[in-house]
Formats: sequence, structure tokens, C-alpha cells
Amino acid sequence: MAVAAATETGARPSRAGRRLSTPAWVGTVPFLAYVAIFLVWPTGIVVVDALKNPNGAWAFSNITELGNPLVRGYFIGSFKLCLLSSLLGAVFGAILAYAVASGDPDGTVRRLYLAVSGVLAQFGGVTLAFAFLALIGPVGLLFHASWFYSFPWGITVIYTYFQIPLMVLVFLPAIDGLKVQWREASENLGASAWQYWRHVGGPLLAPAFLGGLLLLFANALSAFATIIAWENQIAYIVPQQISTALSSEVGLSNVNVADLLALGMVIMVAIVMTGYALLQRRAARWLR
Amino acid sequence: MEGLSRHYGAVVALDQLDLTVHPGELVALLGPSGCGKTTTLRLVAGLEDADSGHITVGGKDITRLSAAKRDMGMVFQAYSLFPHMTVRQNVAFGLRLRRVSAAQRDKRAMEMLDLVGLSTQADRYPHQISGGQQQRVALARALAIEPQVLLLDEPLSALDAKVRAQLRDEIRRIQLEVGITTLFVTHDQEEALAIADRVGVMREGRLEQLAPPTEVYSRPATSFVAEFVGLSNRLDGEVRGGEVIVRGCKLPLVEKDTPDGQVVALVRPEAMSLASQAPDSGSGPLTGTVIAITFLGATSRVTVDLGDTRVMAQLPTSEASTLAAGSRVVLAIRPDPVLVSAGADPAAAAAGEEA
Amino acid sequence: MAALTSVGETPLTAPAGRPSGMQARRRKRLNMFRYVVFTVFGLFFLLPLLAMVRFSLEGAKLGTWSVTAWKQIASYSGTGIPPLISSIEITLELAVITCVVMLVLLVPTMIWVRLRVQWLARTMEFLCLLPLTIPAIVLVVGLGAIYNKIQHYSLSALMLFWVYVILALPYAYRALAAGLSAIDVTTLSEAARSLGASWFSVMVRVIAPNMRQAILNAVLLTAALVLGEFTIAYLLLYNNLQVELYSISRNTPNAGVLFSTSVAALLFGFALLMILSYAGRRRRGRG
Repeated sequence: MAVAAATETGARPSRAGRRLSTPAWVGTVPFLAYVAIFLVWPTGIVVVDALKNPNGAWAFSNITELGNPLVRGYFIGSFKLCLLSSLLGAVFGAILAYAVASGDPDGTVRRLYLAVSGVLAQFGGVTLAFAFLALIGPVGLLFHASWFYSFPWGITVIYTYFQIPLMVLVFLPAIDGLKVQWREASENLGASAWQYWRHVGGPLLAPAFLGGLLLLFANALSAFATIIAWENQIAYIVPQQISTALSSEVGLSNVNVADLLALGMVIMVAIVMTGYALLQRRAARWLR
Repeated sequence: MEGLSRHYGAVVALDQLDLTVHPGELVALLGPSGCGKTTTLRLVAGLEDADSGHITVGGKDITRLSAAKRDMGMVFQAYSLFPHMTVRQNVAFGLRLRRVSAAQRDKRAMEMLDLVGLSTQADRYPHQISGGQQQRVALARALAIEPQVLLLDEPLSALDAKVRAQLRDEIRRIQLEVGITTLFVTHDQEEALAIADRVGVMREGRLEQLAPPTEVYSRPATSFVAEFVGLSNRLDGEVRGGEVIVRGCKLPLVEKDTPDGQVVALVRPEAMSLASQAPDSGSGPLTGTVIAITFLGATSRVTVDLGDTRVMAQLPTSEASTLAAGSRVVLAIRPDPVLVSAGADPAAAAAGEEA
Repeated sequence: MAALTSVGETPLTAPAGRPSGMQARRRKRLNMFRYVVFTVFGLFFLLPLLAMVRFSLEGAKLGTWSVTAWKQIASYSGTGIPPLISSIEITLELAVITCVVMLVLLVPTMIWVRLRVQWLARTMEFLCLLPLTIPAIVLVVGLGAIYNKIQHYSLSALMLFWVYVILALPYAYRALAAGLSAIDVTTLSEAARSLGASWFSVMVRVIAPNMRQAILNAVLLTAALVLGEFTIAYLLLYNNLQVELYSISRNTPNAGVLFSTSVAALLFGFALLMILSYAGRRRRGRG
């Protein structure tokens, strides 16, 4: 009985599960509840509030607020920065991931780089800004790089600093999924290295790469701490504005502005995530 | 191949291997894991480098040629189809690399798919077809480029038993039809014996015997081959004057000039037969009690306890069905030439531990 | 068709040990590529860190060395803001709590889904990936209401862990999923169950030990996240490590203690990672 309940192939075991009087998915309730309360609900609140008036009535016209040139300016600024850093992060991250993946799967180098990536991907925000200040700032170690202060260049470099590790984390499994037989088979059929990448390796990795790119983009969108701490920037960035809107003391209307901006971000992110999910499905079929 | 050697650090994978495959021939390399058969194949394919030796194809030395330039078709054990391409595209891939026109490619791809019997699946993706079908596509793909040599690396190992048998015959049929020189690696002796023109039994980087299947089976060159290919009984015996006396029977020797002395003789189960049923109190060198009967279809394997040792006899089922566990029987040994190894101690004489 | 033949009599004896063929050449090229890549990226990542270390060892005058900044970690107390050490404590405690809650929440659920509720696997993966893309800002705006109530009861900053677990989900999930997929969960659990183990035992005694490496990975990633988290704490007006550092930087932009603390936090992260690679390595047979 216990063994039958433990298997999950076929219909009969699930009937056995039901016979135990609680269906199996009940076991996932703690997790689902937790996520529902602390993730789904707040997001939902934001989306709903953004569409409401200060006095609580529905106001879908708020969405047109997003067309406001000032707001648009913020979003475009965000967009530029995020796109740039994501592209750089994705490309360089992919190269680094390949270098790591092509080594000994159990070796020190790989472990080291994976763990370093894990740490550095979090190393955004305040500490990172300090580090670059130390490097490039007024009394910094390297020469005065004034271009660094003009938006978006300096901040892009900083963003790339944590985008690359994130890409390594996300892209490495895909490279691992490239079976060695494919390489050997294409060689055997006469393909040079370039031809292999063009016809086989490239197409197979493309969904994962694009997925990584999207993820990086969404990640950049949400980065906020770095902006705040990099005080040399005039922050025409959406997260910054939300913060300003939240902490400003000017009445209730600003709360809804904050919500609105947040809604804008959620929309951007939703688009990104859908794209990511679709790409993942493709990649998963091939590379697992 | 000639003088091929390959080692990985201290481990010798191939030790001065010499092997010639004739045009249109299918040679099967057979042996336990680690014997070097796959290494040999990969060296021929160019997927690994040899430490020493040459490989020649059609008179041309290809040892220094890269894998891509070697004009060989290879079928891998599994996973080698490109998942993002349809069956047709997979088969046409080699042609595409050679810049064959799309129309030509397509035609040839369909020809190949016809050859392997999969033309209806041309537009499917690898994950939509079965393992056996995938291997057939792999075969079609390898043959599409009209290589000089076909290499197969345990192509059937990952498949179910039933599919394996079918596909094995298919491969042989296709190989004969196309007439291509083929090197086939396997650890399954049944496969090797069934389809090869010649079988090369390998062990620890060396070729123990290279001969047609019947010869490898009935005239094994070394005791390792005898043990690995088919089953053997190990019986004590004594060599006297060019013959060996095993449990009262005089048997001719494979090697006529074996010196006199105590030996261990390898007797095939099919060489043993049922002489008669024995009375309960009978005794004799070949009298014993039946312990087990394994039904194999047309024949049955009967294990008999002769008191000091056990032997297996392979008998037609019609005979074996008259026996039951516990019956007393008398066996006979047919006078086929047997292989012997020196020494009466089976442990010392055991050169190969293969079951 | 062509014959595959051997030529001649005496085999060629080449010096043993150094295959000089195509594959070897290709491997050498690959290795060179890897070294170049690692060096370039290594530099890129190291430079800012080295700059920080340099600054943290700076004396009163440019060019002198001193470890004051490091000593100050324990004692620093700027005007009008709580002492540095208290925020360090809080952050460390938060890290521990978050890791524990994350493990308790994720590991059993993931194993359970893998074993019995596989149709939820996709959904779970999606949910776990979501926090990576939902800006912390949005969460803050949405959670503001809840946390306002909590602050009403003036509970400490440790309450942040509820959100931190969510933030850690994407990283932890990936790490744990990689570990789960490497072992045959179904067979192991069936074997254990047939020997009489309860589901709890199966998870704690059979599956989890086989996921040791992945669990350590997840813990490392979560801890790194907590150590580096700023946004939510800042917007919700709590005082964790990063917020504290930020406040200090507002008052004294080049205080050495900023750099020394940051470096210390990083070193802590690297220490965790060293432990990780050793603890994971011990059980490694081949396979």
C-alpha cells in the first residue's frame, strides 16, 4: 500500500492517494499560501490601486497617465539603461559561462566561478556603488574617468557587474545540456567548428540565451539600490521616482503615482516573463 | 589500422593494435567494457588521437586528418540526432554542409529514409519517434554522405530487446545492400555473431582473435575468447599424446602439440549430451544428478551435479523435458576439439574472468 | 568500396604520452581561450574589490596605511543613527532566519512536488522565478499596508524575513532543483517507504542528505542576498546593514568604515563559499 502510494505513474496510484483521504497537492499548501500572501497579493494590490482614484473609485483612465511625457521619460531612461546592461551582461555572461562549462565538471574552477557568481549577482546596490567610487571616484584608484559620470555609461558598467554573474548562473545549465554526441556527430558529418555553432549549437542555445537576456532585463528594471547610492547620477529612473513619490510628503495623490509607476513596471515585467516562459519551453524540450 | 596505441595517463587503452578490414566487410569488435573496442572506433573516426600508429583507408593514410575530413559515417549509441531539426533535415545535414543543392539534398534524404524504412516520418522531430526509429535515422544520416567506411558504436545497446533483434538484422541488410565497409562495436556476443563477417574479440587493448563467427565460437584461440563467447564448462583433464582425457572421454585438442600434463579443458554445453538415464545407485565420471533445467525455447540448459563439479549441458528441449530436478543421468561428451589451459587448478588457469 | 587496411610491417613508435593530433590541438586552443577569458573577467571583477580593500586600509593621510577602518566596524556610531554593529547583528540574524525558513518551505515542497504532484512543477517553477522580475519596489508598495500594521506593533526588523524568503526563491529554487534532478528521487523514496520509513524520514534522512551540495548552494545564495539587500529595508524604514552603510555614506561619504565593512561582508560571503566547496567535495566519488 505504501509503495503503491509512493509511485506516481498511471491513474491507479492517484486513486490510492485519494483513498488516503487527502489529495497529494495538499502538501504544497504551505508553500502556495506563503507565496500567495507575500508575493501575489502585494502585486495584486499594486495593480488594483493603480487603477483607482485617490478616493477609492475605479479610474482606468489612470493608465493614460502612463503616456505623460515625464513618466515616459522615466521609462525610456530605465529602458535604455536596462537594455544596454542586459545586452552586455548577456553576451559577456554567455562567453564566461561557456568558458566555465567547457572545463572539468567537478573541478575547482567551475565551483569557484559558480559560487562567485552567486555572491556577485547579489552584490548590487550600495556596496557596489562604493566599490566603483573607490575605483573611479574623486580619490579613486584609477584615473579620473569623467565619461563614467554621464548617464548612462558609468551606471551601465556598474549594472553589468552584477548582470554578468546572473547570466552565468542562468545560462550555464543550458550549455551543460549540449550533448557531446551532437558535437561529435556534426564533426563526423564534416562540420567545422564554425559550422557546428552556426547550425547546431547556436540554434539550440538561442532560446536559453534569449531567456537569459530577458531575465537580465527584468532584473535590471528592478535594480534600485545601486541608483540611490550612486549619487552622482541624476536619477531619471523609474524606481527612483517611485521612491521619491513614496517618500514625498505631498498628499495622497502621490501614492497613486507610485502605484502607477509600479504598474508600468509590472506590465513591462509581465511581457518579459511571458516571453521567457515561452522560450524556456522550447529550450527545455531540447536540452534536457 | 596498424600499430595503434592509445593511453590515458597510465592506463593503456590500446596496445599496438593491427587490424585490416576488407572492402564491403562487416567486422564486429566484441569485448567487455574497457577492452578498447570503442577507443578503436573513435580513433578511426578521428574523435580521439592515437599516441602511435597509422590508420589507412583505401590506401591513403588518414592518421593526421581531422574528424571532419575523414569521410566516415558514424552511428552513436544514443542522443546523436539534432533535436531542433526534423528527421529529414537531420539526414540532409551532411549534404547541406557539402553545399549540395536543396533539391538534391531532399532527394537523397528521402532515398536514405526509404532505405531504412522511415520515409513516412520525414517531417517529425527526434523526440516524436521511438528509440529504434531514431537509430535508423542516425544510420540514414551517416549513409547519406556516401562515406567510405561506416562506424557503429554499440548502436543497439540503448534499445529494448525486441527492437534490438529487429534492428540488428536491418542494419546487416542495409550494409549488404549498400556494400559499405563497416566496423561495428558491441559487448553483446549474440549481435556480433549474428551479423558479422568477421568477429574481433578484444581484451585490455589487444585483439585476442579475429575470425569468422563460427570459428570464433567453435575454435576459440584463447581461453578468454572461449569464456567470453558462449558458455563453457571447465573440467579437469589430462593431456596424453595429443589428446586430452576428460572424465573418461578421449577428446581431440585444438592445439595438437600441447605438452602432456594436467589441464583444464573447456567443453561447450552443446557438446554434452544425454547418454542415458542412470539407475539411482549408478556411478561413473559422467554420472550425476540434475539440479536445474532452464528452458530456452528450442533448447534447454540442464545443470548437472557430478559430485565433484557441476556442468551445464545444452539439450534439445524434447530430451530435456523427460528430466526433472533430482533425476540421475549419464552424460556423454561429443569429440569436438577442445581448448585447454595448463594446470589442474582452475583458479590459476583462469586467464579471463568473464562469465 | 574502400578497404580499411593496415600498412606494412613494423609499427611506428612515437614518443609516448603526447598525442599530437587534431583533438589535442583543439583542446589546447580551448584551454587558451579559457585562460584568457578567466583572466579578463577576473580582472574586471577584482578591480573594484581591490579598490575597496585599498580604501579600507587607508590611513589619515593619503598614502599611509592603517587598520582603523577595520577596527571601527565594531565601534562605529555616527550621529543620529544607530551603531553599525547593531545593524550587522540584525542582518546576520535575518540571514539565518531567512535561510532556515527558506529551506523548511522549499525543500519538502519541492521533493513532494517531484514525487507526487508533478503537474504543479511548472507552476512552482514559475512562481519561484517571479520575484526575480517583480521589482522589489512593487512589493514594497504592495506590502506597505501589511508592514504598516506590523510596525504598529513595533516588531523588530527581523520581520523582514517574510519578504526576504520570497526574494531568495529564484536563486534557491534553481540551486535545489539542480540538486534534485541529479538524484533519482522516486526510486530512493520508494525504497525507503518499502522499508517502512515515514514521509518525514524519507525527506530528512534519505533525500536531503543526497542533496547536500544543492542545499548548501541555496543557503549561500540566500545568505548573499540578505547581506546585500537594501531596497525593501530602506523603503520600509528598517535598518539593516546596507541601509546603515548608506546612511553613513550620506553623512561621511568617504568614511573608511564603509569600505572595510563592505569588504568584510564580501569576505564573509567568500568564506561561506569556501565552506561550500569543501563540504560538497568530501562525498564526491566519481559519478
